[in-house]
Amino acid sequence: MIWFKKDILANGEDVKSVRVPLGLWIKCEDCGDIIYKKDAEKNFDVCPKCGHHFRVSARVRLSMTMDDGVFKEHDADIEPVDALEFKDLKKYKDRIRSSQKDADIKDALISCDGHINGHRASVAAFDFSFMGGSMGSVVGEKITRAVERAIRLKCAVIIFSASGGARMQEGILSLMQMAKTSAALARLKSAGLPYISVLTDPTMGGVTASFAMLGDVIVAEPKALIGFAGPRVIAETIRQKLPEGFQRSEYLLEHGMVDMIVERKMMKDTLGNLLAMLSRGKR
Amino acid sequence: MTTRHWLEFEKPVEDVYRKIDELAGSSADGSYRHGEEIQKLEKKAEHLLKEIYSKLTPWQITMVARHAERPYTLDYIKNIFDGFIELHGDRRFKDDPAIAGGIARLDGIPVVALGHQKGRNTKEKIRRNFGMPNPEGYRKALRLMELAERFSMPLFTFIDTPGAYPGVGAEERGQSEAIAYNLLRMSELKIPVVATVIGEGGSGGALAIGVADRVLMLEYSTYSVISPEGCAAILWKDGAKADIAAKSLKINAPELLRLGVANTIIKEPIGGAHREPETVYKDMKTALVATLKDLSAMPVDKLVEQRYQRFRSIGAFYDKGA
Repeated sequence: MIWFKKDILANGEDVKSVRVPLGLWIKCEDCGDIIYKKDAEKNFDVCPKCGHHFRVSARVRLSMTMDDGVFKEHDADIEPVDALEFKDLKKYKDRIRSSQKDADIKDALISCDGHINGHRASVAAFDFSFMGGSMGSVVGEKITRAVERAIRLKCAVIIFSASGGARMQEGILSLMQMAKTSAALARLKSAGLPYISVLTDPTMGGVTASFAMLGDVIVAEPKALIGFAGPRVIAETIRQKLPEGFQRSEYLLEHGMVDMIVERKMMKDTLGNLLAMLSRGKR
Repeated sequence: MTTRHWLEFEKPVEDVYRKIDELAGSSADGSYRHGEEIQKLEKKAEHLLKEIYSKLTPWQITMVARHAERPYTLDYIKNIFDGFIELHGDRRFKDDPAIAGGIARLDGIPVVALGHQKGRNTKEKIRRNFGMPNPEGYRKALRLMELAERFSMPLFTFIDTPGAYPGVGAEERGQSEAIAYNLLRMSELKIPVVATVIGEGGSGGALAIGVADRVLMLEYSTYSVISPEGCAAILWKDGAKADIAAKSLKINAPELLRLGVANTIIKEPIGGAHREPETVYKDMKTALVATLKDLSAMPVDKLVEQRYQRFRSIGAFYDKGA
């Protein structure tokens, strides 16, 4: 199955930057307005003019979510390997190297533990700029460890997804991360610990079809693209125009697939409130 | 040994059979005797087929895995299990014919058997949606899995799908959630679970019934994160590079055994399962019975723990911190 639109995944190389760097100024890709970069940053990387949510890096995401921007990163040393000796137009080895350099991160996910409004949580965030946030062995392992850590610490799990789906360059190993992460969440569930899944733009393919849709509560950011198959693949399969707003957060809410849509500036407090109620006072 | 659907790379064999047919036709009128000649040609065809099948490329194996005459899930269920009673529907929305399953006996033991089901002719193909389930198919499968767990029946699944259906309705009804929830539930089922890849193991749509204690693969089946065509279209920007993508993705049984995804390979007759289905049914039954015997000897808690560790350990990475 093709899980993602070409221009959404594109494995890093021809991903159109959402934030056109114009030095101190950025252009909102939604309303087209030129915004003072500092203004956007102060506004949680949301366009002050139209409310468009820019994609944010894993590090920025965790900084704006965790209390005082402080968190203890885990498994930072895990790095991807080219187990299949995969080569398409570029060697996977080279893709890893250039993505690590460009995104300044070892793979597409950062995991940590820390507090949100005083509630302890094991938190992971995707970095879409690293090969389209695709899930290979490293992402699967780090998520699984984050869930197992939560079981040991008796705390909640929160995952911020932003991913084109499974990473093709790791073949079947990527696919198996879906089973691995979901199995870990089964154990979290048995332990009576909450899991909140936050879907951000975009969350597709094998990520949606595993841990991202398994939250006790599923939260989405406004207008995020969320789905299993990519919109282009669906349009080509059914040979029809897709419905208005198809696979966007608001559409999923209407169809009962997410619990709520939360603007970024309200995200931390919403998560804090949910944790307070779901954790039965455990801190 | 013959077939009505020759694959492109089998053409040399097809040509020999065509010659045989011509000779057989001309000798029918009594003017010629070609018995000896035909025998020679048949030997030649057999030899040629053997030679071709001794060095199949990953893409050619994909073609065999998708062969129109290949046995499908219900063929295996009906020929390996006894007293099959098909059960229908997900009790939520509808019955999805792209997944078939029910209760049956394997060597006298009551079990649940289910799998992706493709159609044989055009009408059936459309009814079965080419073996591409919608969410209700996965929810029917889940219903049967939970039934199996409730009555302590071992579970056998058969994987044969291009993938989960990419449609508007499928997305609206939660294709992702249906697959994800199956992954979660299968990992904790308190019964032996055996999955067999019989044809195409197409990505998440295959894995959704594949979280098992043991994964068996037919020799000419495939299991992949994405179809070679899909992968080629995205990474090579050219769907025609599917043969290269098939090779790169490592989708064949021996590779999957090496990567720890599959446990056992069931040999197929030269030319594929469809040429001698009875042999394949017999060999698969032997493999399934042996696997079940093995798993049944284990206490169920240990079984579930091993299943967890089985998937827990799949992946490749450097861990400098370890």
